[in-house]
Amino acid sequence: MSIHEKGKAKHVTEKHDEKYKVETKPFAAWLILTLGTIGLFLIIASSIAFGAADIQLSTVWQGVFQFDSSNPAHQIIRELRLPRALAAALIGAALAVSGTIMQAMTRNPLASPSIMGVTAGASFLMAIAYAALPGLHYSGLMIFSFAGAGLGAALVFGITAASKGGMSPVKLALAGTAITTLLSSLSTAIGIRFDVAKDISFWYAGGVAGVQSTSVLYLLLPVAIGILLAIFLSRSLTVLSLGEDVAKGLGQNTGRTKLLGTIAVLLLTGAAVSIAGMIGFVGLVIPHITRFLVGLDYRWIIPCSAVLGGILLVVADIAGRMINAPFETPVGAVTALIGVPFFLYLARNEGRNI
Amino acid sequence: MDSFGQQWKKTISVLSILSVAIIVMFFVSLNTGLTKIPPLEVVKTIFGSGDEGTKMVLFDFRLPRMVLALLVGAGISLAGAILQGVSQNALADPGILGINAGAGFAVVLFMFFSQGTGFAIGALSIFSLPFTALGGAFVAALLIYVIAWKNGVTPVRLILVGIGINSAFGAAMLVFQLMMEPNDFTKALVWLSGTIWGTNWTFVLALLPWLLIFTPIAFYKGRVLDVLNLGDPMAIGLGSHVERERRILLIIAVALAGACVSVGGGITFLGLVAPHLAKRIVGAKHARMLPVTVLLGAFLLLTADTLGRVVLAPAELPVGLVVSVLGAPYFIYLLMRTR
Repeated sequence: MSIHEKGKAKHVTEKHDEKYKVETKPFAAWLILTLGTIGLFLIIASSIAFGAADIQLSTVWQGVFQFDSSNPAHQIIRELRLPRALAAALIGAALAVSGTIMQAMTRNPLASPSIMGVTAGASFLMAIAYAALPGLHYSGLMIFSFAGAGLGAALVFGITAASKGGMSPVKLALAGTAITTLLSSLSTAIGIRFDVAKDISFWYAGGVAGVQSTSVLYLLLPVAIGILLAIFLSRSLTVLSLGEDVAKGLGQNTGRTKLLGTIAVLLLTGAAVSIAGMIGFVGLVIPHITRFLVGLDYRWIIPCSAVLGGILLVVADIAGRMINAPFETPVGAVTALIGVPFFLYLARNEGRNI
Repeated sequence: MDSFGQQWKKTISVLSILSVAIIVMFFVSLNTGLTKIPPLEVVKTIFGSGDEGTKMVLFDFRLPRMVLALLVGAGISLAGAILQGVSQNALADPGILGINAGAGFAVVLFMFFSQGTGFAIGALSIFSLPFTALGGAFVAALLIYVIAWKNGVTPVRLILVGIGINSAFGAAMLVFQLMMEPNDFTKALVWLSGTIWGTNWTFVLALLPWLLIFTPIAFYKGRVLDVLNLGDPMAIGLGSHVERERRILLIIAVALAGACVSVGGGITFLGLVAPHLAKRIVGAKHARMLPVTVLLGAFLLLTADTLGRVVLAPAELPVGLVVSVLGAPYFIYLLMRTR
């Protein structure tokens, strides 16, 4: 690019900045961030308090901050309930942010980890890991999950990008469905052949029940990196969500944004799937709600969607425990029942409104 | 007129080749499995001079399963062909739209509420299963149609709404499955992944009437499908009651798919692959294409079932899984070619 052109580009950039001023609602965003965070903590506390053994909220506070190992209630809190609630919050946030990034990058309102085959890819490689390397440590399983998330995403995006007429919301959804069917069939076949079908389906539908405190620590790292990366990218994502041409016109290195965005998606989805199995629709619904509430600036959307995603999944987990007590309804089924009506609404508009 | 005659000749030769292929596959399939029965023995047994053991394996285990594979394959493929014609969408399939899931949900509900009543085992339950599945299939189809309706139904909306309905029924199924006794849970799970093992003649008898009634009607309606293919304005111009015909055809497709799902479980992609291959071989005219679809679907499902027994022997793969693994790549190939 010659100096002359560069100057021109800069000029255009300034003009475009005015033209593409996106609608934001910072007040609503601050409200969500402050009240939402407080709400998230309250809901986590009630998730800890709720269960077969009744625990007072005050005991929850003591159990977390003044731990007494001789108190059985404190033991329950530390070993079972706290990891579970924290994992739900982290996974909800991870899936929501992952969906947000995907929708911004593809400008596709139906983009989300479960619809786009990312979740199925992660489960497929997890099934292979269960079969080929039984007794593999959790951190090892997680790596398989990351790789699988990458595989699923690469397949679905590759297929739609290589197809005639390019990417459309319908094509992404159909390719995602096909890849999901294919990979989950292969997972089931592996499960039957190597006699690990029970392990796989237990983990697949297991949600956050029985999460251990060590896995929460393993979960924390990739989710934190993923969300920080997303926040770091948020400015570029806003521009990218206006369209690839606009982003290029504004002098953005779209390739770099997409690469980093994809890495964030794989980290977030892979980590979430490795612990909780199949949890659909969080990554679809939350980004839409957040955009509706705070406007189109991703600097606000990403942190807000993390908070809202966390709240949604903790609430869904509590609901899953309540619906058919004392049995647990998988949290993935609860999120699907919440998310499907929303998906149908988008489908009626043929996936056009973003 | 000459080319017309030629195309019919081609169709007839394709049909006869397929019939031969099915017979060959039949014997191959009989010969695979834990107890091998040589073809000569099979012929002898059928004509009543084999030994008792062979007779039992053949008539009580192998034959019902294979006959069922043929029937289910034929029915699902025909349903897929009609759905594609009605929706004017090359990617329509009862498994991808939520129709199979609706039928599946109804069957799971049925299993859930009949568990432990003794009703679950009897022949009466097997005969009422197709009706249950049919109810579920119709509810799903109706939901898809109503939700996708917005001054008419476009193929894109139909497919997207179908995907949503599919996951809704999937989630609801999971909820009920987990409330079941472990034994019933396994039964439901195996059934849902598309299976025709452990079947007996009662299942065949339960499915047969549905196919005998609806297949001829579908063939008879082939001309209507041809007219619909020309697009709505042209079809109306040719004097066809488009919306009414479309509904009748939809009912036929849903009835076929529902009945097949009730005994065969969730089999995805077969209803997509068979009609497409048939169209490739003998062209888009339904009078020629539908019979080829039926035989091809029967052949493919029997082959998939045989493969499922061989690939991971001695473990058996549900036939639905085999079909998905083979059919998904074809679906993806079609997806990449359509605009």
